[in-house]
This record gives sequence, structure tokens and C-alpha cells, in this order.
Amino acid sequence: MNISEYKDVYVFVEQREGKVQNVAFELLGKARDLADSLNEKVVAILLGYNIENRANELIAYGADAVICADDKELEYYNTEPYTQAVCQIIKERKPGIVLIGATTTGRDLGPRLSARLATGLTADCTKLEISETRELLMTRPAFGGNLMATILCSAHRPQMSTVRPGVMRAHEKDESRKGETEKISISFDKSKFRVRIVKTVKEKKDMIDITEAKILISGGRGVGNEKGFDELRALAAAIGGKTEVSSSRAMVDAGVMEHARQVGQTGKTVRPSLYIACGISGAIQHLAGMEESEFIIAINKDRYAPIFQVADLGIVGDVHKIIPLLTERFIKK
Amino acid sequence: MNIIVCVKQVPNTTEIKINPTTGTLIRDGVASIMNPDDKGGLEEALKLKDRYNAHVTVITMGLPQAEDILREAFAMGADRAILITDRKLGGADTLATSNTLAAALRQLEFDLIITGRQAIDGDTAQVGPQIAEHLDLPQVTYLENLEYDGKKTFTIKKSMEDSYQILEVDAPCVVTVLASANKARYMSVRGIVEAYDKEIEIWGFERIGIDEEKVGLKGSPTKVHKAFTRGVKAAGEMFETDAEESVGIIMSKLKEKYII
Amino acid sequence: MDFNLNRKQKLFQQMIRDFAEKEVKPLAAEIDEQERFPIETVEKMAKTGIMGIPVPVQYGGAGGDNIMYSIAVEELSRVCATTGVIVSAHTSLCLAPILENGTEEQKQKYLPKLASGEHIGAFGLTEPNAGTDAAAQQTMAVADDDKWILNGNKIFITNAGYAHVYVIFAMTDKSQGVKGISAFIVEKGTPGFSFGKKELKMGIRGSATAELIFENCIIPKENLLGRIGGGYAIAMKTLDGGRIGIASQALGIAQGAMDETVKYVKERKQFGKTIGKFQNTQFQLADLLTKIQASRLLVRSAAFKKDNHIPYADAASMCKLFAAETAMEVTTKAVQFHGGYGYTREYPVERMMRDAKITEIYEGTSEVQRMVIAAALLK
Repeated sequence: MNISEYKDVYVFVEQREGKVQNVAFELLGKARDLADSLNEKVVAILLGYNIENRANELIAYGADAVICADDKELEYYNTEPYTQAVCQIIKERKPGIVLIGATTTGRDLGPRLSARLATGLTADCTKLEISETRELLMTRPAFGGNLMATILCSAHRPQMSTVRPGVMRAHEKDESRKGETEKISISFDKSKFRVRIVKTVKEKKDMIDITEAKILISGGRGVGNEKGFDELRALAAAIGGKTEVSSSRAMVDAGVMEHARQVGQTGKTVRPSLYIACGISGAIQHLAGMEESEFIIAINKDRYAPIFQVADLGIVGDVHKIIPLLTERFIKK
Repeated sequence: MNIIVCVKQVPNTTEIKINPTTGTLIRDGVASIMNPDDKGGLEEALKLKDRYNAHVTVITMGLPQAEDILREAFAMGADRAILITDRKLGGADTLATSNTLAAALRQLEFDLIITGRQAIDGDTAQVGPQIAEHLDLPQVTYLENLEYDGKKTFTIKKSMEDSYQILEVDAPCVVTVLASANKARYMSVRGIVEAYDKEIEIWGFERIGIDEEKVGLKGSPTKVHKAFTRGVKAAGEMFETDAEESVGIIMSKLKEKYII
Repeated sequence: MDFNLNRKQKLFQQMIRDFAEKEVKPLAAEIDEQERFPIETVEKMAKTGIMGIPVPVQYGGAGGDNIMYSIAVEELSRVCATTGVIVSAHTSLCLAPILENGTEEQKQKYLPKLASGEHIGAFGLTEPNAGTDAAAQQTMAVADDDKWILNGNKIFITNAGYAHVYVIFAMTDKSQGVKGISAFIVEKGTPGFSFGKKELKMGIRGSATAELIFENCIIPKENLLGRIGGGYAIAMKTLDGGRIGIASQALGIAQGAMDETVKYVKERKQFGKTIGKFQNTQFQLADLLTKIQASRLLVRSAAFKKDNHIPYADAASMCKLFAAETAMEVTTKAVQFHGGYGYTREYPVERMMRDAKITEIYEGTSEVQRMVIAAALLK
């Protein structure tokens, strides 16, 4: 393998029912940064049916070029047709880097591609950088997030990595950006199409997933009751974005909050950028579920509450006074 | 019907802690367990055994002590167990691991290969699909439910972010199973009593019969450049003052940390 | 000499602990509060083989040993003493005497369903006037052609009502004293066999404890267990085995209370530090843990003797005596460590303290154990 033949940063663009998924824009943003430091191009791989009209959007988010395969076989994601299509593109174009969203689709496609191309794939990267030797440094968590590892794929190309939605930031959409869109056709080996999609059913899943929240306002015994949680909800609404209300076990057991929002050993493990613990004393079981949060603010009347041991900022005080005031400040902002 | 379930022994990562002063991983005393998704996969196989009298083989690659999870699999109801272990196979990334497992699987008869979706120590979710590719088999990942027509076709519910799919695929194929798909059965008491009387086949590098370039560290395109912990947490600041001032402190801290 | 569990026993411990944590613990407070027999747990235990641990495979059991059985009762009782005693009474007091004294036909007829957990077992010895003085049996069994006719009452019977098979003791010849006592197998549903009032108890409140009433209850001749007049020996030997079960229950309760206390003293702060940092706490916990571990070694050594057919009657009494008194001490102190919270039902230690008390009473009070131990010493 002549590594020097491989260049440019490719992004697999995930679309569902013709709608480009946010993770693709996020990856284009990161690809833009990487390509700029390599002085190479960002190329978007767009697969689908009646999909060509999406190309401009990809350029606006940072692609220099879009390779579009528009084919009925690619209308819905299915492992084999997608693997064949992406493989053909990679073999013909020889990209240096390929980024894929770590969605159920990307995590189905990525490893299949890596095995077919006999190259490495690093899953769920949280950080991607270019080294001094122009290699891709792929950093990811391991051991349940207890350890971070930086991975290299030195002797094989492309260097492939998957990234979870929400980890990278999309660049501002820039409609003035210019780029090429190239339509290609894929020569499928249909004898390998062995999985039949019977149907795809949209689910009205209970979409609260506190593990996905960037900011969690979490309440415990000190919040007291439903009314107390209304104060937390008001604060969450005032902050906006990916802010959710969560709870300690005590309030779930008391029936004030639903189990899906419980943080802790018997609930969920969360690591948001900001965790505001309101009136939570901080039982070990609760701490286990949230101590990895990036920044922790604890508000509690009891200065000896164990929650203060893990808090970056501890406020000894009454949540019922502080939270409404804090909410006002956010509303004014 | 022959089913092969690929399982992995993993440290119970929920028990791993960081030493707060040195910032290193504390792995002492952390139990090794059968990876939860793999256990869900084994349960899927055992359900097919209950219903269709399928023969269930479990296979793992790892250190000699990975025998423990194979005994556990016997105690749950598996019929045959193979432990692939050899120094030459150490340091493998997912591609080298899947090459090794695929080479072993080629020597076995199967209608269905089951793996867990992902292992809790690495969370990569790669080995299952990579095995499928090496063996030129169709794959279905994120399996939540599986129905078998008793002849050759599997109907599978695949779980996705905001939807699910119903897929059909014929044997032989590879599926990757979510732990949530099944509540795995407990080992039976009788199964435990008998588990240690059963033979675990040990397969070394020679037995696998694979090119040395494709396995272990040599066969791994990705390499760990460095590993590090997130660092020790500094002691936090504490304030006890009136509500108004408290809010001021919070707001300025959030700005300072670029959280808002 | 090896004091460690072997790999099989360790794997079993892993399973039963997991089972206890996931299936048993979540119900412990509820079944205590509601005084409800946890039939759903029995069904789950049956499926896993917990209802027939030390029973040979040929009779539908798991083919395990008494160490495994003891571990099972310990781990179940660690989270729920009620569940522990259901298994203990079923296994030690019903399966064991049939296995050890039954004819091949009786074993074939009763053991598979009991060992699989499809049927629950119970044991009826105690009467209103025959408690510690078990020889004072007043229940009568009279032979009549091809049947026995039973009359009398048994009280404080564990698993009563839920059990399908009862090992019952009755006088067949009053003139012979203890040698006139015989054992019988009585099935639920037999005409003339009914249940009296359910006891309202201090602890193990999910366990069903009730009176058995026999009024001209007719059972077939072949339901005699062992020989005529051999009942008292069967009862005493059965209780020797049962004491290992109850000692395991006591051990589990003590360990459970210790687990809760350790968690609490690491968390609870007074005077600016966790109460675990006080030397008074540390010294007391050290003493208690030492006693728990001593109980465990006594229990395991008695179970080992039983497995290896070494006489174990005094060993069973010693482990039961020591483990029961340890359980009472540990749970009482656990409540004390928890302070006011320990006295509330918010924390499980108050339940554990109530549960512990019975282990000093049933299957031979602590006084009876001392009698057995002293008798063996001074014979």
C-alpha cells in the first residue's frame, strides 16, 4: 500500500428518508478542520434515491466536493448495497481519512467496510486531530469512560473513524460556499443482497434520554415535591438547548419523577457538561451515576452533604430561593 | 440447527474506579464477567435450543482465565465450548480479532452466528460485522427480537434510534444482539454442578491455521498511541451566602467555564 | 485442608448472589410489610433449580452438595430472610427426610416434584404441648387395614398452606414413649387435613406459618416414612440437617445487616466526619465481622461434615447457636449504628433485626443447642 496516494477527508453522509442527519453536518465541520490542517479537501459521500438536491447543503456545511450515488437500491440503508457503494468510492478515490457517524447505521456500515478494505476503524472518537507527521490521532474512551486512548492507523489507509452524534460541532452554514457535485453510478453485485427489509416503523419512543443531555438540572429530597420540580423545569426551559431535568432515586421512589430520569446506580449514568444537583445529599449510589460530569454545581442546605465532595462549585443554601432567582437571570439573558 | 455464540470476558467496568491521587485505573478486585450483550446473545441461542433443539457452541478468544465464562455458558445450557488462546494472538485490535475468530469459525458448522452488539470494555461494536464480512455472510446488527421459521429464514427486529426495522435473512448469517433483547436466564444449579465435568476445547494459533500477519499485534492496523485517564479532580470551591449572591457566583462560574 | 470454596461452589455463589440481588431483594420490604408469601419468587427459584440443590439428579435434583445449599440459604437470607427460610424448610425438613428415609417408591413419587420446585415441602413436629419437648407428641396415627388415620394438631408450621407435601410426626404407640413416634408423608388436599390460623409474626413475615389440623385424616399405609416407631429418630436427624439451613439463614441476615451498616457508616456524617471514622464504630464493626466470619466457618464445616458423611449433630448445633446469636447481635447493633433511621422502615436493618430473632428459636432454641452440644461433650 502506497500511503502517499491516499488523500482528502471523506465524510459518509447519513440520510433517512432523504433528510440529512445532523451528525453528517457535525462530521463535515470536523472534516473541514482536519482538511485545513492537512491542506486537503473535504469530500462528502451522499448515497440515496432522489437525493442529489441535498448536495448544496453539504457544501454549505464545509464540503469542497460531493460524490453522489443516486440509486433506488440506496433509498433505505441496507448493509450490503451501502458497503458496495462506499467501497467502490474508496477504492477508486483513495481518501486518506473517512469519517462516519456512530449511529446504528454507521456502526453497521463502518466495521463491514473496514473488514472489506482491510484497514483500521476506531469507534466512537471524541477527539480527532492531525499529528505532526500528518497522521490522524483518534482519541476515544474505553473501560466505560474510565480511560482515554489515542489510536493511530499508521500503515493502512484510509484511516477510518466513527463519531457519535453531538460530539463534534457543525460549522455555521455558509450558503456562499462553492463546491463540485459529481454523480456516479455504482456497479452492484446484487447476488450479495441477502437481507430483505420487510418494513421500517417509526417509533414514538419516549424520547427523554437524560444521558444525551448537555445540561442536567437534577433534584433530590430537598426539592421536595412536584411543585419543587416545576421550579427545576422552569430553569431547564430558561437555559434551553439540550437541558433536561433529572432526579435522585428518592424522588423516583416517592413517585414524583419517572424512572427514566433517575440518575445513579439503579438509574442512568450521565456525564453532561454541567450537572446542577439541587437538594441532593449525594448517596454513593447517586454519585456513581454523575461524578464524571464535566462540571458539577451542588446546592444544598446541609454543608456536610456528601454531594459537596464531588462538586466543582458548592453552594450552601435553599434551592427554593436560589433556583427561581437563577431562572430569572437566564430569562433576562 | 447449529448456532455459534461469540462471547468475551470483560472487566465489570461499572466497578472500575480511578485512583483520585494518582489518576490511574484501579482494576484490582474488579470482577471479570461475561460481556452483557454477549450474554443476551447466548440467551437468544438458548431460546432456539429450547424451541428447535439447536446445538449451541460458545467460542471466545482471550486469556486462559476466560474459561470462567465458558463454564458459565455451560451452566446456562451451552453444549460445546471453545477457548482460543495463544500469546501470538495478543494485542489484537478488532480487525485482527475478527480475522482470528473467522478463521476458527470456518472450521465449524453453523446456521447462525451470534455476537453481542458490543463489549463494555471497548464499546466498538465492530467484531460482529467484521466476522460477517470475512465469512462473506449477511449481517443484522442491533437485534432486539428474532423469529425463526424452523427451516431457514430468520425474521429479525432491528432496533434503531427512532424506529425499528423488520428484516428477513436466510441462514447462514451473523446477528449482533443487544443485552436488552433478552433477560438472560440464570445458570441452573444442575448446570453449575455439571459445568466442570465438561470439556473446554483449547485452540491455539496452530489449531486456527491462519497467516501470522493477520493476527495479534501484527495483524492490527490500529495501535494505541497513548492511554491516559481524565486526570484528577481538583477540590471544588464552596460558598455559603445569601441567595442573590449565590446566583451571582453561579453565573460568573458558568461564564468562566464557557458553559453558557 | 482447604477452607476455600471450590470453583463450582464459587460459580454457584456468583449465580445465587446475582439471583438474590435481582429477584429477591426488590421484594423483601414489600412481602414483610404485606405479610405475603412470595410465590412468584418460589417459581423463579424452581426454574433455576434452587428448590432441589442437594438432591441427586436421579430424583430430579441438581446433584449439588450441602455447602452449595448452605450458600444458597445464606445469600437469599442476606437480602430476605423470608425467602431463606422457605428454601430451608422445604429442603432440609421435607426433601431431606424423604431422601434419607423414604422407600424407592416414595422417593420416585415425591422427590422429583419437590426437587423441581413444582411442589413445596413442609414439616410438622411442633404441637401446642410439644415444642422443645418434642417427645410429648399428642397427634395420633392409628393403623386400620391398608391405611392410617391421623388425629391431632401441629402448630407454627413453615410453608403451611403453600406446601403440597408434609412430613408429619404422630404417636403410633403411646406406651412406647419416643419409640412410639412414627413419621408420615401427608399430601395437601387429603380429606381430613386442613389448615388453622395463620400466625402473625414479629419477623420473617412473608413466610407462611400456620396450624395443621388432622381430623380423621386417612392416608394410605405406604405413606409411613421409615419404620414404625422410627419417627423420633427421623425428626432429630432431620433437625440436625435443618440447623445447618437455619444457621445459614442467620449468617445471611448478619452479613446483610453488616453490608447495610458498612454502606451507612461510610456515608453518614456527624460532627463533620463520617461515623465510620470514629474508632468506636471501627472496633465494634471489627468484632462483629469477626463473629460473622466465625459463624461462616462453623456453618461450612458442618455442611462439609454432612457432605462427607461425618457425624455432624454437634457441629450443626454449634453453628446454629453461634450464627443465630451473632445475627441477633449484629442486627441489633446495625440498628444502633443507623440511629433513628435504623428504627424506621426506610432502612432494612429494622426488618433484619426482627427476622434475626427467630433463628434463636426455631428448629431448636439456643438452649436446646446448648443441651445437644453439652450432651455430646459429657457423654
